[in-house]
Amino acid sequence: MSNQKNNKLSAAQQEYQQFAKAREPKRPLLSNCFRAFIAGGIICSIGQFFQWFYMTYFNFTEITAGNPTAATMIILSALLTSLGVYDHLAQWAGAGTIVPVTGFANTITSAAIEHRSEGYVLGVGGNMFKIAGPVITFGVFSAFVVAIVKLVWQGLGGI
Amino acid sequence: MEKFLIAFVVGGAICVVGQILLDVFRLTPAHMTVTLVVVGAILGGLGLYEPLVKFAGAGATIPISSFGNSLVKGALAEAESTGLVGVLTGIFEVTSAGISSAIIFGFLASLLFKPKG
Repeated sequence: MSNQKNNKLSAAQQEYQQFAKAREPKRPLLSNCFRAFIAGGIICSIGQFFQWFYMTYFNFTEITAGNPTAATMIILSALLTSLGVYDHLAQWAGAGTIVPVTGFANTITSAAIEHRSEGYVLGVGGNMFKIAGPVITFGVFSAFVVAIVKLVWQGLGGI
Repeated sequence: MEKFLIAFVVGGAICVVGQILLDVFRLTPAHMTVTLVVVGAILGGLGLYEPLVKFAGAGATIPISSFGNSLVKGALAEAESTGLVGVLTGIFEVTSAGISSAIIFGFLASLLFKPKG
C-alpha cells in the first residue's frame, strides 16, 4: 500500500519519506510482545477467576459463563477508566489491554467521559461509539455473512 | 488451577497476535480489533472457536475475537429455531450483556467523572 502511495510523490518527497523512515524510532517488537503477553494473560486469568466464580456459585456452564464474565470485566474496566488507571496500564501493555474485552469498554467509557463537555445528547450519546463503533459494525456484518453462508451451506446438504 | 495457566497462556498469545498486527503490519488499534473480530466470526462459523473456549475458558472468551464468535453463535442458534429471520433477531442474543453493560456503565461514568488530564 505504501509503495502505491509513494509512486504519486515527487522525487524530493520520496527522499523525505525515506529520511523520515530512517529516523523513526524502532519499535521494540520483542519487549512489546512480552508486555502484551503478560498483561493479556493477567486480564484473562482475572476473567478465568470470575468464570470459575460464576460456575461454582451461580450454576453457569463453561459456555454460558462467558456472558456474565465479560459483563463483570467491562464494569471493572469502566471503573478503572473513570479513575484514570486504565490508560496508564494501556501505555505499558499495548495490545495486551486493547485486545481483551476490557479494552472495548475502555474506549466506550473514555469517549463518553471525554465528550461530556459537549453535552449529554450530542457529546456523550453521539461520541460514545466513536472508537468502539467499527468493532460492532464489522463484527455484526461479518457475523451476518458467516451465518448466511453457513445456513446456505447446510441447506445444500453440506456438513 | 491449571485452567488459570491455560487461560493465561492462550489469552496472552491472542494479545501477542494483536501486538504483532500493530507493530509489524502497522495497523491502527481500530484496524487491529476489527481484524480480530472478523477472524473470530469466521472461526466461529467454521466451528473452530467453540473448542478453543472449552479448552481455554476465559483465555478465549475475554479477547475481542470472541465477540465475533458470539455474534455468529447467537445468529445460528436463533436461525435454528425460527428460520432465516433468526439471523437478524438472534445476532445480539449472546453479546447483549457485554454491549448493554458497556453502554450503561460508560454513560454512568460520564455522569460521575470528569476527564483526567
